[in-house]
Amino acid sequence: MDFITAQNLVFRYIDEDDQQENIANTRNVLDDVSFTVEKGEFVALLGHNGCGKSTVAKHLNAMLLPSGGKLYVDSIDTTDESEDFAIRRKVGLVLQNPDNQLVASVVEEDVAFGPENLGVEPKEIRRRVDSALRAVDMYDYRNQPPHKLSGGQKQRVAIAGIIAMEPDCIVLDEPTAMLDPKGREEVMSTIKRLNKERGITIVLITHYMDEAVDADRVIVMDEGKVLTSGTPQEVFSQVELLKRHRLDVPQVTELCYKLKARGVNIDTLSLHSDECIKKLLEVLL
Amino acid sequence: MSAIKVENLCCTYSPKTPFERHAVKNVSFEIKKGDFVGLIGHTGSGKSTLVQMLNGLIKPTSGDVYIDDVNLWENPKEIREFRFKVGLVFQYPEYQLFEETVYKDIAFGPSNMGLSEEEIRERVFRAAKFVGLDYKLLNKSPFDLSGGEKRRAAIAGVIAMDPQVLILDEPTAGLDPVGRNVLLSQISQYQKSRNNTVILVSHSMEDVARVTNKVMVMNKGELKMFDDTKKVFSNARELTQMGLRVPQITKVVESLRSRGVNLPDDILTVDRAVYEITELLKKEGKL
Repeated sequence: MDFITAQNLVFRYIDEDDQQENIANTRNVLDDVSFTVEKGEFVALLGHNGCGKSTVAKHLNAMLLPSGGKLYVDSIDTTDESEDFAIRRKVGLVLQNPDNQLVASVVEEDVAFGPENLGVEPKEIRRRVDSALRAVDMYDYRNQPPHKLSGGQKQRVAIAGIIAMEPDCIVLDEPTAMLDPKGREEVMSTIKRLNKERGITIVLITHYMDEAVDADRVIVMDEGKVLTSGTPQEVFSQVELLKRHRLDVPQVTELCYKLKARGVNIDTLSLHSDECIKKLLEVLL
Repeated sequence: MSAIKVENLCCTYSPKTPFERHAVKNVSFEIKKGDFVGLIGHTGSGKSTLVQMLNGLIKPTSGDVYIDDVNLWENPKEIREFRFKVGLVFQYPEYQLFEETVYKDIAFGPSNMGLSEEEIRERVFRAAKFVGLDYKLLNKSPFDLSGGEKRRAAIAGVIAMDPQVLILDEPTAGLDPVGRNVLLSQISQYQKSRNNTVILVSHSMEDVARVTNKVMVMNKGELKMFDDTKKVFSNARELTQMGLRVPQITKVVESLRSRGVNLPDDILTVDRAVYEITELLKKEGKL
């Protein structure tokens, strides 16, 4: 079943001072974007800076509303203002900088912030906070002040704060851009686990191609439109197309691609190291 | 001649309080003029504290910093001079743009150095060229630029001071792959053409492997490694223990080598791997 449905989505920023004159000149940030995300799916959204990815993300929990077309979240039209809170309960948003997303001075209070605002019973809040912190493997840090944590730990606390609201879907906008390699791995394995074990629908926006290879599906955006979509294998096999649109492929995929171009006997382009190593051993030994 | 020399450098935050924290512990090193140094380490390893001590923004708790063999804190009143000699580009520098036009923003640093209008103008254009910023953008408001352009404008503002040492803290964070590659190539070209010293602080092992010739590894406030880039990335296990990694391509080559494939042990880029593998296949008559 589709959890998110975008139908011919159009979005443009309107200058409030001279709405009338400028409307014709404003570029559409989103220009006829259609896609669906199924319940429980893990979708990676790629595209160069300014292609409209983050604008899509902000539509998914009704922070922005379409200028044209429709966006449905769990069959609710996001333009229905009376449903704003219902939508935001269903879709949680995690942003790039963990320091901008933590509000309390103790980890567990920070995680409790969301459910408190939803008016959840104190006993239930306790249960959700513990469960959310365990889900991101940060339970042992529940009494620590957030500023003492590493970047990856802070970002996992931010994710726990979203999980405590028990959303169906988490949208993450470049959650690892500011993290060190270990922090990136921690956050990525947390995201994958939440998807597999709790069935939470994941939409991951990233500039790191190696984070997209484990997604169920990859959507590539360019100039406010959907350029291509498919399984990671289908999308990352289109090396020229991606490079033309300011994107890249994982290093191992590029290695396979370049070797193949030089006549080395490689049939499919690997996305993971293990696969690539196996294939190269066949050729080399 | 050393561009930067650091001896027994320590920095302790909130000393003699319950919040005392040793951010940098007894660090010593020497960087030669013209070196392109990568600085890597986990979050909180002391990288940012270290680089801020290199241009006097943070005063060391103990130890000495020498720029061009002159002690930074010998004459504290002259410390401002070192801020022009050692240019520091902070993380997300685009948030620091503030002038009416891009030109004025880039000119801000040189103007404070007391240069003539003509010299300032020349420097602004030269800096814009280095970072690949279109001259047409110079008369625009910095706030009308795209994210990538803003980043370039901010970096140009530091380059315009013509520092002998340029330090960049995560200059490519949040940029798309092509933006990342282009910016790195430009920094690399700048470094080669001016033969200046550049220090690149980064969490991207791939970026560091591509452009630097030396790498410093910080771990929990200590300098753990300082060596040629190739040598540092041949210590995969130690790096992993410190929360770091080696580039994916280096890992793949290492794995092939351990299974008996005869490849060199210092491959850091995809292009080099492609070259070495095809050469090997040719030699064995398989290609």
